[in-house]
Amino acid sequence: MSKLGYILLALATCLFASYVAHAGELNIPNQLSSGQGFSIPTSGTGTATFYLIGPAGVIKRAVHLGDAVNVAGEETRAAGRYVAVLRSGDSNDTKVFFVTPGRPAALNFLARPSRVPTAKPDAISGVAFVFDGYKNLMLESVPVNFSLAVEKSAPASRTVPAKDGIAWIQMASGRSQGAAQFVASLPATDVSVRRVVQQVAGDACNLHMKAQAMAKTIVVETDPIRDCSGNAVPDGTIVTFTETDSRGLSTVDARVKRGIARAELPLSENATISVAAGVVLGNEVHIRWASPGNGGAGAARANLKFKDGIATDGGRANAEGSATGGRE
Amino acid sequence: MSRVFPVVLIILTVVLVAFATISPGHLTSATSPDQAVRSLLERVKGRDFKQAFSYISAASNIDEGAFYQDVNGSEGSLRTYSSLQDVDTKVLKESDTEGTVRADLVWSSAVGAIYETRDLHVVKEDSGWKVLWPQEKQANLPPQVIPVNYLRWDIVHRGADEDWGAQNVEPPRVRIISMNAIERDGNVIILGEIENEDTVPGFVAVNATLLGKDGGDLGQESSFDKMSHTLLPKEVSPFRIDFPKMKLASVKSVRMQPNAMLVPASADPVIAVQHQRMETDARGHHVLKGELLNESGQTVNIPHVLATYYDTAGRVVWVSDAYSDRALLPQVPVPFAVDVRDVLAEIVHNYRVTVNNYTLDRDR
Repeated sequence: MSKLGYILLALATCLFASYVAHAGELNIPNQLSSGQGFSIPTSGTGTATFYLIGPAGVIKRAVHLGDAVNVAGEETRAAGRYVAVLRSGDSNDTKVFFVTPGRPAALNFLARPSRVPTAKPDAISGVAFVFDGYKNLMLESVPVNFSLAVEKSAPASRTVPAKDGIAWIQMASGRSQGAAQFVASLPATDVSVRRVVQQVAGDACNLHMKAQAMAKTIVVETDPIRDCSGNAVPDGTIVTFTETDSRGLSTVDARVKRGIARAELPLSENATISVAAGVVLGNEVHIRWASPGNGGAGAARANLKFKDGIATDGGRANAEGSATGGRE
Repeated sequence: MSRVFPVVLIILTVVLVAFATISPGHLTSATSPDQAVRSLLERVKGRDFKQAFSYISAASNIDEGAFYQDVNGSEGSLRTYSSLQDVDTKVLKESDTEGTVRADLVWSSAVGAIYETRDLHVVKEDSGWKVLWPQEKQANLPPQVIPVNYLRWDIVHRGADEDWGAQNVEPPRVRIISMNAIERDGNVIILGEIENEDTVPGFVAVNATLLGKDGGDLGQESSFDKMSHTLLPKEVSPFRIDFPKMKLASVKSVRMQPNAMLVPASADPVIAVQHQRMETDARGHHVLKGELLNESGQTVNIPHVLATYYDTAGRVVWVSDAYSDRALLPQVPVPFAVDVRDVLAEIVHNYRVTVNNYTLDRDR
């Protein structure tokens, strides 16, 4: 055979191979959106079996060659890689295509923690997962808006692009206590998810008490207890009053009630009283009682009042306020 | 023979029944102070309080009911769940007419053995030696209404139909604010304090893992009754975790794991701890003594005292506990005592006492 003959034979072989390859591929777009139906034209006569293998299931259907194969949108809900196969006799026509998520239509929102002290930087975290209408994670970048607002305060708002379907943010807690509305939303849609983060008062700040001697006890009472942002600490918070005198140590773990902690300590003629809430210490009061004699002592004691550690009844009692160090 | 045998049986039965009935009534008069105390306490041990009472001198000025309450407990106190297990007596002083006997008592109770030492005065009367039983005068609170309006915390958890992103109510934040590892009696002991930093109550436990030189686990233990498990907001509790038969030298580090659970709780009752002081008891040992005062209107059945001891640097050097076998009636002070090791007493600079409370019929 001549050289030209070889060239023609090779060309014919390539053309045949190309024809065969073309004939085995179904006419389906390479990429579809989730929930998007399509139709596949077929040729020839007789029957065949159509398979659609997707990430969420497999469909098998008998078809008549020559009629179009219709795939409903419901059958391509799940995003991912699909393989369509048309099997007729010994021949298989196949096509690999991809279904991508549709338009963003849903959010899942994780907000932590559910309770946070006020005025803490980066204390609140939010993670939003963006999905399309068929709960496929949106892999392309989508802006997500986060907003944190407490009643009577301006909301803090920020927009974050989602990466691989996830957008996250860390935000500082506000200065006011209350139920903060933490909202994640998709701009230009009505999609939003709301979580509630309870902003609570932090540690007590400037804890201060005063003492008043009664007939049988010394009544100690704090000023309204607030954190450093001015929020009242919640009722039920433990406040420890400690009295030290010659008879020993007396302690009461009082509970804050209506913003104030109050307790009764044993009456003493010379005592030091301190107050603490958790690891926060308050002021200290020294009480020295210059005994007026037996007669009328009880009545005199009952009238004693101490304010800011200073006796207010003309100096018969002596109380001194002082700053204190760490908790022992 | 056929008649004699039943008659003999009947007579024998009557005699035995009579013996069994009458025999306990025949009290052996105590012939010594020691015997009087022993006889009394042996009958308490056998829960025969009526017979035990007959060893008590009339000069004690105590009635049988008060004596019964003293040795058998009342108001659902720990003593009501206890029984006298062991008695050891020692005559401290004896003359022809009176004596003093020290009785070391071991009570078995729901929370383990409880040790008690009583110095009992004994007097000689016509019917033999009798014990002067000290009557503990307990103040009776006049009938009154004590308004209690402390809050309680209830919890609503997330519903089953919430989406997976919806947050639940979270457990309280707790923090170990101090920790110290010591070795004592061949045991490694982890001591410290933990604070509920949150605004809600929590049920708290502390786990500790000892890590050896090679980084492997040497042992894992948790705090049991050496801490207050229910912590209200900003409440601080001591904890003590014992690792028996361990050497501190073989420990490279300690991994601490505080666990907290959100639980419903009540801010009531408030128990004041008054006049805490370190004293020496009759045996010459150091004890931390004081009085507990229940400031609420509800009886606290079983008070559990936790004592934290600090050195001059403010470090926790020991944590010990004791159960009071008397219930805390409202507004009535009840004494308590916690044993302190004599070696420890030398380094203790300060201490703090807190009280756990167990109340029956809580929702009354």
